[in-house]
Parts: sequence; structure tokens; C-alpha cells
Amino acid sequence: MDADLKMSVKQLNFFYDKFKALENISLDFYAGHVTALIGPSGCGKSTFLRCLNRMNDLIPKSRVEGKILLDNEDIYDCAVNVATLRSRIGMVFQKPNPFPKTIFENVAYGLRVNGIKDKTLIADRVTESLNQAALWDEVKDRIYDSALELSGGQQQRLCIARALAIKPEVILMDEPASALDPIATQKIEELIHQLKKMFTIIIVTHNMQQAARVSDITAFFYMGKLIETDKTDTLFTRPKLKQTEDYITGRFG
Amino acid sequence: MARFLQKELEKMKKMILSLGTIVEERVHMAIKAIETKNADIAARIIQSDHEIDEMEVEVEEECLKILALHQPVAVDLRFLIAVIKINNDLERIGDQAVNIAERVDILAKSKVHDVFFDYSQMAQKAETMLKNSLDAFVNLDIDLAFEILAMDDEVDNIKHEAYDLIKEEMKKQPDCIGYLINLLLISRHLERLADHATNIAEEVIYLIEGDIVRHGKALTD
Ligand SMILES: Nc1ncnc2c1ncn2[C@@H]1O[C@H](COP(=O)(O)OP(=O)(O)O)[C@@H](O)[C@H]1O
Ligand SMILES: [Mg+2]
Repeated sequence: MDADLKMSVKQLNFFYDKFKALENISLDFYAGHVTALIGPSGCGKSTFLRCLNRMNDLIPKSRVEGKILLDNEDIYDCAVNVATLRSRIGMVFQKPNPFPKTIFENVAYGLRVNGIKDKTLIADRVTESLNQAALWDEVKDRIYDSALELSGGQQQRLCIARALAIKPEVILMDEPASALDPIATQKIEELIHQLKKMFTIIIVTHNMQQAARVSDITAFFYMGKLIETDKTDTLFTRPKLKQTEDYITGRFG
Repeated sequence: MARFLQKELEKMKKMILSLGTIVEERVHMAIKAIETKNADIAARIIQSDHEIDEMEVEVEEECLKILALHQPVAVDLRFLIAVIKINNDLERIGDQAVNIAERVDILAKSKVHDVFFDYSQMAQKAETMLKNSLDAFVNLDIDLAFEILAMDDEVDNIKHEAYDLIKEEMKKQPDCIGYLINLLLISRHLERLADHATNIAEEVIYLIEGDIVRHGKALTD
């Protein structure tokens, strides 16, 4: 599997001031694979995800120890340009957060921020991204309408299109379907399945069935620690640790 | 939610064990029927088999319901899969009891009265295997489950003995061939019965090995 290694987290600790939110996490991510992060709320999944594209940098008094390698280069190296890093590692959040602008502008936004001015290139990229996000057919006749008129599920796919437009290598998703109904959720899950051929996907989900459905590898976090990670089918049929078994079978607490 | 599932799984365990009890009883009757060449016992086995079939369907439906509604994982999933498979094996064991009963019925109505082959040892072993496989399931006893696998070889050996002996008799007494074929088939049915008990033991090993054995390993290394 080494050939496909995309990101590698090594002995990561993370502190919110004095509170150690993540402890000694080592975890690899592979290109073409979906990795799901599961665990009870407050165990540090989102904190971990945000470390992966340095979103936590903005939090005052926070501190990172250890290494996170992207294609073998430490993303916390002082030579790294954070804006460039975030264009390589895109993020989709729990609640769809489109801007109050047209569908077109929402997708074009990242391109403009990254200094792209060529209008045909932008238009092509918008179409391509909406297609990749499985939204094009539903919006092609109204891409100059406001994004806020879309349904929740469509808005979330729009946010995915927005992330895809800047051609990232890794996509981080923090509970991307938790605010959606089952049908919209299914569309997002199918989309993840499509996208994994082209990207390295890391998804946080509190829904274990969803982790089981969409991911190739599952990592179970508990109280800031990585307890067990394995191929998803193994983890959900024969977990090695009692703690994992208790969590996934709902025997916790 | 989880506690709800635990209750459902407990219920499944009870259901499969009551099926197990009935099947054990039918096997016991079948063995009595062989011993005593008793057509009445044989008839009772044949007439009551539908009860086992109905219970099997009921167990399977309950399992499917739990799978659909609770989507169990890990040990809960392995347990449910084990129940589904054991359910199937128990039903097939019931069928073997019926097959034996049908042979006994023919033997009982025959004019031949010689014994030719004593099945008591083979029957005893097959019955013990069934009983132990269910005990191994209830107590998650992996050692007992492995013992059953070993016993299966003993049953196979007796079957070969029966084959050789009965073949010799066929040569000696060509006019009893119909009777002897039926007698020989009993060994086949007992062997199949033991095979299903062995399957149950294997299910129990799978159920446990994914669980305690692995946990033991993972925690010590
Ligand atoms: N900005 C923050 N400042 C201080 N503590 C935080 C902050 N964000 C999260 N935490 C704490 O860090 C721990 C992990 O939180 P989080 O990563 O959001 O968990 P999860 O995503 O698994 O629910 C929790 O105890 C939470 O209270
Ligand atoms: Mg979170």
C-alpha cells in the first residue's frame, strides 16, 4: 500500500491551551481510499481533521506537536504557504455553507481567490466541478440563480463542487451528511464513492453505518486517542479491541 | 437502542435453543426407534417434523427482521449469523431423524429379524455431538467445540465399518438385500446428522474466535 501513501500523521499531539485534545496520533491516509473517523462526540475527530489542513492555526493558544506529512513534506514546516496548502487540501463542513451569491459564483469563488481570471477557464471549471459533484443536471438551467434557493442536499453538493473547483488532492469532510435527509445523504455517499477514484478522502461521521458504507479504512477515536484502525470490513466484523467492539455495538457507558 | 438490540438477541438465543431441544428430542426418538425397530416411534417422528420446519422459518424471519432493523455489527452480527446457520443445521438434523424413521419403518415391517449391525455406538456419538454442540453454543465453550470436530472422525470410521460389514452380509444373503440397503442407509443418515452437529461446532468457533480469542491476542501483544 506504501506506493499510494498520501498523508502521514506521526505522533501528533494537539493542545487547546492546557487541554490536550489529541494524544500521540499516528495514522496514514492513502490515495484512492476513503478513511472514516468515528468516535463519540468530543473525542477529537473535528480537531484532528482541522489539524490536517491547519485550520486550527487560527485558534489562540493552540499548539501542535508531531508531524503531518503530505507527499512526504511536513505541512507544519515554516516554509509551507498555508493558502497553497489549503488549495491542496479542501474541506467540506457539516452544515452546507453556500455564500449568498449565485450558484456559479459559489463554485468560481475559490478560483478567483486563487488568482484565476481567465473567464473561459473559470466557466469550464465551474461546469466540470458541478458535474463531478453530481449537481450539474439539477442546476444547469439556473446557475445564475441564488445558491440559497437550493435544497439542503443540493447546497451540500454545491459546497463539494466549490471544494473540487480548485482541484484539491485531499478532501476533508466533517459530518457532511448529518444535516441531510436520507435521500440527500445517499446522494452524498454515492458522490464520495465516485470521488475517491480521484482524491484522498477523509470523512468524520458520527453515523457508524455511514462509515461502514462509504469508507475503506476506519479509525476509531476515543478521548483524544486513536484506539484502533483497520480495514472497514474487518473493523465492523472482527474488531481487535474490546473498546472498539463496545462502541460500534452500542454497549458504551 | 443498543439495549433494545441486546434484548432481541437474547430472544433469538431462547428461540434457537428451544428449537435445539425439540431436535434433540427427535434424534433421541430416532435412536430409540433404531434400537427397538419400533414403527410407532418412527411414525411419530415423521408426523411431527412440520413443527421443526415451522420453527426454523420463524427463527429465520426473526433474524432477518433484526438484521434489517438494527443492522448489528461485530460480535452481535457474528452471533446473528451463527444463529441463522445453526437454525439451518438443526432443521436438517430434524430431516435426518425423519430419514432414519423411514428406514426403521421399512426394517420393522420386514420379515428379516437378524441384527447384522449394532448402531448403538454410532448413534450415541452422534447424539452426544449434537448435545455438546448446543452446550458449546450456550456456554461459548471453544474447547468443547473442538472436541466435537474430533468426534466426527470417529463417527466416520464407524460408518466405514458398517459399510464393510453390511457388504459382506449382502454377499452372504442376497435375498435380504433390500433390508440390508435400508440398514446401510441408517449409517449414512447418522453420519449426516453428525456432520450438521460439526457445522454447529464450527459456527461456535467462528463466533468465539472473532471475539474472545482475538481480544486475548490483541490485548497481550
Ligand atoms: N476551540 C476550542 N477550544 C477549546 N476546546 C475545544 C475547542 N474545540 C473543541 N474543543 C474540545 O476538544 C475536544 C474535542 O472536540 P472535537 O474535536 O470537536 O470533538 P468531535 O469532533 O469528536 O466531537 C472536546 O473536549 C472539545 O470540548
Ligand atoms: Mg466534530
